Amino acid sequence: MQPILEIKNLQVGVDTGKSVQSVLDGVSLQLFPGKTLGVVGESGCGKSMTALATMGLLPDRFSVTGGSIILAGEDLLAAKPSRLRQLRGNALSMIFQEPMTALNPVLTVERQITEVIELHQKKSSAEAREIALEMLRAVQIPGPEERLIAYPHELSGGMRQRVMIAIALACRPKVIIADEPTTALDVTVQAQIFRLLRDLQMQTETAIMLITHDLGAVAEMADDVAVLYAGKCVESGTVEAILGAPAHPYTRGLMSCTPRLRLGAAANDPQAEGLGEIPGMVPPLGRFPKACRFAPRCALADARCHAEQPPLVDTAPGHSALCWKTSPEKAVA
Amino acid sequence: MKPLLDVKDLKVHFPLASGQTVYAVDGVTFQVNEGDSFGIVGESGSGKSTTAQALMRLVDPIEGVIHLDTQDLTALSGDPLRTMRHKMQMVFQDPYSSLNPRLRAGQAVREPLDLMGLGPVRGRDTRVDEMFTQVGLHPDAKRLFPHQFSGGQRQRLCIARAMVTEPRLIVCDEPVSALDVAIQAQILNLLKRLQKDKRLTYVFISHDLAVVQHICTHVAVMYLGEFVEQAPTGQLFAAAKHPYTWSLMAAALSPHDRSRAGARFTVTGEPPSPIDPPKACRFAGRCPFATDRCRTEKPTLRDFGLGHRVACHYAGELTPPLPELAATA
Repeated sequence: MQPILEIKNLQVGVDTGKSVQSVLDGVSLQLFPGKTLGVVGESGCGKSMTALATMGLLPDRFSVTGGSIILAGEDLLAAKPSRLRQLRGNALSMIFQEPMTALNPVLTVERQITEVIELHQKKSSAEAREIALEMLRAVQIPGPEERLIAYPHELSGGMRQRVMIAIALACRPKVIIADEPTTALDVTVQAQIFRLLRDLQMQTETAIMLITHDLGAVAEMADDVAVLYAGKCVESGTVEAILGAPAHPYTRGLMSCTPRLRLGAAANDPQAEGLGEIPGMVPPLGRFPKACRFAPRCALADARCHAEQPPLVDTAPGHSALCWKTSPEKAVA
Repeated sequence: MKPLLDVKDLKVHFPLASGQTVYAVDGVTFQVNEGDSFGIVGESGSGKSTTAQALMRLVDPIEGVIHLDTQDLTALSGDPLRTMRHKMQMVFQDPYSSLNPRLRAGQAVREPLDLMGLGPVRGRDTRVDEMFTQVGLHPDAKRLFPHQFSGGQRQRLCIARAMVTEPRLIVCDEPVSALDVAIQAQILNLLKRLQKDKRLTYVFISHDLAVVQHICTHVAVMYLGEFVEQAPTGQLFAAAKHPYTWSLMAAALSPHDRSRAGARFTVTGEPPSPIDPPKACRFAGRCPFATDRCRTEKPTLRDFGLGHRVACHYAGELTPPLPELAATA
């Protein structure tokens, strides 16, 4: 299958006034139609920067310094701003973490949805209103006719996030980037939103890039996973490979740090008590180690890890890790 | 054994300008023994943070009694309440807003000792150094301001500040939910170690079932101001009986058991407002098992043995929609 979005060797830097510091270093990702790619890592690992670079929305002083981002055969980095405006919200859209700040508080729900449709699809306002109504039904908002004239503050958090999804899906995009779409929501509402995204994805074949720090969300939603650490992609593969047999010590660390919910017979198993730890924290921008960036926090690190760039090792077909300590044989065992 | 913390029928209501009332906490009863940790889980608006604040007397209950040791906290005010506060301390969710940005870290940790006049003045700096070491910070960091610390380090500072008065009870209100998963694990392990070393008692508020299971000895599930189920941790996670507890369990995502992904059981809707909550069972509107009885008759907490109490008319009669629970039911 052809990827619908392919990010190759992406480099992003920030101009500090004195020098350009590397933010992303050689990130490569592929998104396929109808599939979800989970992009995971702690804060400061470059997840959101990857999303913003793809959308052409990098903040001031941040810029792409190398690599390519290809959406359905078109290089987004070579595209003019006017072309990017055509694509954003149309072929490529984004769902943000905080629906309260991402929605315009002084516009009705109807206006916020029809705005995208009228901008991209040359529809009359009556047609746009019909589509908006259809979208609200698709995201399962009760009483969609009344909701059209509501303002964001009149909606609950879950409803606002549904409106965000309706806006993002209004033009049937090829790719949706969802940046922590459920972090601000309660767990039962989070489950509803994930189910909704999966159902809509099945109907529309949209590719989703799910940005999250929550490996549980990845288990729930993703087909493929990329793990970012300090601006580098340290491991990638299918969700079964990454969660079932993580190869990179950082991924393994993240798994062992996540408390495990044990239900039924497992609830009284004293063996499962311990909670792992990754010591220290993600280094700040500009203080990334020269060799393996994870080495200072890694229990397995030796002199070579601190001295030389680690190689990208294929541990299995389609599963690779950026690590000196990973070998194909080890990963199988 | 007499419990360290004994809470009976606690109610916190807030009147609104409109004449309506927010029933934030509406009749909550529980005991916590010394050295135990009592977890309260629930969604936003369930009243768990208000419960925490009422325990600390940061908000005033309209009804109910809170005993810490032999002292009735609800009967205290003014100076006697202030002197009691060194026995009970709180760790808040957001380590960014719970530290004074203009106080150096060392002063922030020392402040409770000075305010309450605890210990000899000369020994206080040494005590602060000890606390820094115990929470995994270098004593040299005393000179720094809060903004010079990371989120995890700030939460360590908040813990040091809470523990410096040698409290018997620490109320932790979502202490790790603002932190990244790796840092969250560090703080949870720290809280666990300190509890063991100092025989501390925790009331631990969280929306995250896995975290609560990891750290607590007892758990209560809260919904719209009421406990709908409470039990020793092992018992709750092995044999939960309330449909709301099931829905929380089904909604909890775990990278360790992908087989649970896409869990079949989801409830519809969102928690209704604690203004004017349903008169009978408060969960009935979202519960797939609800009958007319649930909409007309209020369920009371019934005891199922081992301290397992459930407020549901049909507790014990329904088959859990989660395979793990059904297997042991």
